[in-house]
Amino acid sequence: MAAPSGRLASMPTRTGAQIIWECLVHEGVHTVFGYPGGAILPAYDAMLDYPVRHVLVRHEQGATHMADGFARAGGGVGVAVATSGPGATNMVTGIATAMMDSSPIVCITGQVPGKLIGYDAFQETDITGITLPITKHSYLVTRVDDIMPAMKEAFHLAISGRPGPVLVDITKDAQQASTDWRWDPSPVKLRGYRPNRPVTREALLKAAELIRRSQRPVILAGQGVIQGGATTQLLALAERIDAPIAMTLLGLGGVPASHPLNLGMMGMHGEAWVNHAIQEADLLLAFGMRFDDRVTGNTKTYAPHARKIHVDIDPSEINKNVVCDAAIVGDLRETLVDLVEVLEPADHAPWVSYIDSMKGDAAVRDIQALPDTGHLYAAHVINDIWRITGGNAVVVTDVGQHQMWEAQYYHHESPRTLITSGGLGTMGFAVPAAIGAKIARPDAEVWAIVGDGGFQMTQAELTTAAQEGVKINIAIINNGYLGMVRQWQEFFYERRYAATPLRSPDFVKLADAHGLEGLRVEKRSEVLGAVERARAAEGTVLIDFRVEQEDSVYPMVPAGADLDAMIRRPEPTVLAETGADPT
Amino acid sequence: MHHTLVALVEDKPGVLNRVASLFRRRNFNIESLTVGRTAEPGVSRMTIVIDSDQASAERVTAYLYKLVNVLQVEDLGLVPAVARDLALVKVAVAGHDRAALLRVVDETRAHIVDSGEQTMTLEITGEPPHVDAVISRLEPLGIIEMVRTGQVAMRRGDTALSAAQAS
Repeated sequence: MAAPSGRLASMPTRTGAQIIWECLVHEGVHTVFGYPGGAILPAYDAMLDYPVRHVLVRHEQGATHMADGFARAGGGVGVAVATSGPGATNMVTGIATAMMDSSPIVCITGQVPGKLIGYDAFQETDITGITLPITKHSYLVTRVDDIMPAMKEAFHLAISGRPGPVLVDITKDAQQASTDWRWDPSPVKLRGYRPNRPVTREALLKAAELIRRSQRPVILAGQGVIQGGATTQLLALAERIDAPIAMTLLGLGGVPASHPLNLGMMGMHGEAWVNHAIQEADLLLAFGMRFDDRVTGNTKTYAPHARKIHVDIDPSEINKNVVCDAAIVGDLRETLVDLVEVLEPADHAPWVSYIDSMKGDAAVRDIQALPDTGHLYAAHVINDIWRITGGNAVVVTDVGQHQMWEAQYYHHESPRTLITSGGLGTMGFAVPAAIGAKIARPDAEVWAIVGDGGFQMTQAELTTAAQEGVKINIAIINNGYLGMVRQWQEFFYERRYAATPLRSPDFVKLADAHGLEGLRVEKRSEVLGAVERARAAEGTVLIDFRVEQEDSVYPMVPAGADLDAMIRRPEPTVLAETGADPT
Repeated sequence: MHHTLVALVEDKPGVLNRVASLFRRRNFNIESLTVGRTAEPGVSRMTIVIDSDQASAERVTAYLYKLVNVLQVEDLGLVPAVARDLALVKVAVAGHDRAALLRVVDETRAHIVDSGEQTMTLEITGEPPHVDAVISRLEPLGIIEMVRTGQVAMRRGDTALSAAQAS
């Protein structure tokens, strides 16, 4: 084939496989998480010549969670690699997890050669079709010259605007083909993509006017605060207008837990005073959050006295779950700076102290205040880990009761120190995501807090941690049940424990089988020693905390109930009173 | 209530799938969807009719804009617009008065585009309610086969929808 005219003689020749790694290196990628296979073999062969660390996972779901944890802990883009067919479909849960929590990951999959697409070739699957609704965008690349544009656009799309997962599916023949290639340093331009819109002055002034008129404001801080790097600006606004701050699960860490205006978590397992404050507020300032149903309860009775200001980078979130009175679409940090500029200082001392007065009632029900019965409670374990780590660890949680107790009893002081699957609620997330987080932040102390059920979903990644020499601490909150489901069965299904009692292997022996240290803790007095031992150890340590089997997370707003209709922890003398209608 | 949304999209593989998938995934029912070329190379135009309230139409518009390949979206329910639908209808002519059919043709601006021994095929073009009305007059005569294109629409007046517009 004759070279087209105008092509520069100095352009080196590269295979598509090489171009993949050239692009990754140019994007600043130093680690990828993956699993090889036939259709991605050319890329794996080329990998050896590039300065990129490859973490060999035990299942491609693990690769996506690792990329996700890597992205959330470090603030960059996480990369996962898999082959076609089952390699790609194993990524689906991790991609959906990243989509629901707006986590920037790029998934690169091999595809069967272009001429075989559509013929049900060995390990062929339509992965761009399968992942269409759970990716921010996706590419099927069949020509070697299309690899670089797709890779560049994928990274741009993943991290800009509202972040999310992008999939790049590259045929084997495109990886094998050669072309004259050079890195194109020009910025990505996409006609139909407008990630950051300028905030209109009109919207800003309307919001400011609502803030001036408010006597009982509550700020709702979501993950947008963390992803927008807006912690300082949010605190500046909160202090200027003297507004207390309620946190979403994914927002935790966005505002220091110790800040006097930080009320704690809202929603289904939020603190009672936080939910009451929201229901009694006359103004909600929603910053980078999306009024998820776990946050609002029944939207018809949600914050009935409150005007709502919604600031989000994604226009489709405005008026989606809750109709607002003023909407600002744009960058949160810039918006907060602009708001502070136009607002005068305000004082809401009576409102803030009223909310404070509600905490007293909750404190007597707090599990920390219960008499020591000799039993080991998960909340105690997590609270002790918080105290021992000084609140400075990066904690990666799984899904279920332990996740909620962590949110309640580990008090996060800085952004990106809590990594959890909030939107999709993906069990099995914690261990792989913790591995990714540790690789993103090697100097951080990383704890995976995980239930006995979730741990077993992806426990194969313990082997990955061992092979890669990644040091994480794993706290299994082992209650012998699928605890959150058991709790729902206790509250809403007459304690008929269908399929929730759970037998586990000997986790200490499992650690031992990997050459890792395993510890078992059955009494509260043993917690400190075990946690300190794990922190001091060079390698990954697994602690099997045998906690109270039938404890429940309180307070609890039953699904779809009014936000202030909480099931509260029974006071020590009061028997559990349940019977709320789950819908 | 019907909403007619017009979307200018990049003519790239999978775009129709992305748009259709969005409506399914967000639980909106498409009444009709048409796709065709525009005056600008590389840009296609979709006309999507949905049955929804105003708030839902606004949500759909916002979701459409989230698709990277979608360039412009306009809700023609909010502005004066021309809308057209085309139907081809094969009607039985045996066993009844042929004149009855010709009367319908004459009175409704339908065109006879084909005629066989047993049937006659009509083309009906117009505002969707007009097409509905003609079809309901043909029904008693015996419709053998029918196809409708679904609606295409355009804003009235000098304002044009262009992919070059910034949103």
